[in-house]
Amino acid sequence: MKRWILVLFITFAASLAWGLEPDEILSDRGLEQRARDLSKQLRCVVCLNQDIDSSNAGVARTMRILLRERLVAGDSDEEVRAFFVERYGDFVLFQPPLKGSTYLLWFGPFVFFGIGAGIVVVVFRRHRAKTVRMSAGSLSAEEEHEINAFLQSEEEHK
Amino acid sequence: MKRMVVALPALVALILGGFFLWGLNPDRDPNAVPTARIAKPVPEFDLPAVAGIETPGLSADNLRETGEPVLVNVFASWCVPCRAEHAVLTRFVEQDGIRLMGINYQDKPEDAADWLADLGNPYERIGSDLDGRVGVDWAISGVPETFVVDANGVVVFRYVGPIIAPEAQAEVRAALDAAKEPL
Repeated sequence: MKRWILVLFITFAASLAWGLEPDEILSDRGLEQRARDLSKQLRCVVCLNQDIDSSNAGVARTMRILLRERLVAGDSDEEVRAFFVERYGDFVLFQPPLKGSTYLLWFGPFVFFGIGAGIVVVVFRRHRAKTVRMSAGSLSAEEEHEINAFLQSEEEHK
Repeated sequence: MKRMVVALPALVALILGGFFLWGLNPDRDPNAVPTARIAKPVPEFDLPAVAGIETPGLSADNLRETGEPVLVNVFASWCVPCRAEHAVLTRFVEQDGIRLMGINYQDKPEDAADWLADLGNPYERIGSDLDGRVGVDWAISGVPETFVVDANGVVVFRYVGPIIAPEAQAEVRAALDAAKEPL
């Protein structure tokens, strides 16, 4: 049984290692690290919700190779991203850039939170105003007397 | 205030309804890959001919001096839908006189030559994109993909996938006709 679990584990571990292939890796460690980071931010245009770092698609491999070439040629991270955006548009970036058409996306949640918080504040204020109003119109001396008498009689019954 | 609270569920239903209307529209393709390449000049490229065949290679310059709209088809011998599409493209060229250029994408030249010898070669020029770089320059997401390039060398239309269904053929023809009209 244990052996089978091991076999299963190794099978699946191997499948996890797909994507980036050994012959693509740069000898310069610093550049390779930047390449890895960048390729995790870029969308594979075949398998849409996968980054090109882990994708097995042919186009993703070409994109990884091109990306490393740009880095070796001395491009900054921003220039590399621009290279792909020029071709595939903002869609290729997992993190949408902050600009006019994406303001709603970026700030929408805060706006909704603001509206919700506003409603909560208003509702609580009204509620408190109501309680204060009730306690302001408190009982008259006569009523107090009546209640006390009632409580007293309850005591005596016990 | 009370009125606003009462209207809230209706508002939420309206927003959700609008979202569903958009999301469940059968014409919407959630897998569509947008491209930043439409309405822009063809990318700079210069591809050699496929080794072993007579058809010349393809470059950006070739597409700028056509004088009329042309189709640029990205294909490969290993691509099964391309085989199906090939007959349609051949008909476009032979019956309708449409000019067709090819980009042979990540394909072994021998295989491409065999494929063309087998099925026929409707292409005016074919560039061999062995490593797929020019494919990325054209922002393709797979093969086949077909572009309409107008007389000025501007990419005006893209079709993803094989042009087989009558609707697909009509769409491509319409794009070609639209590109023909003087600006």
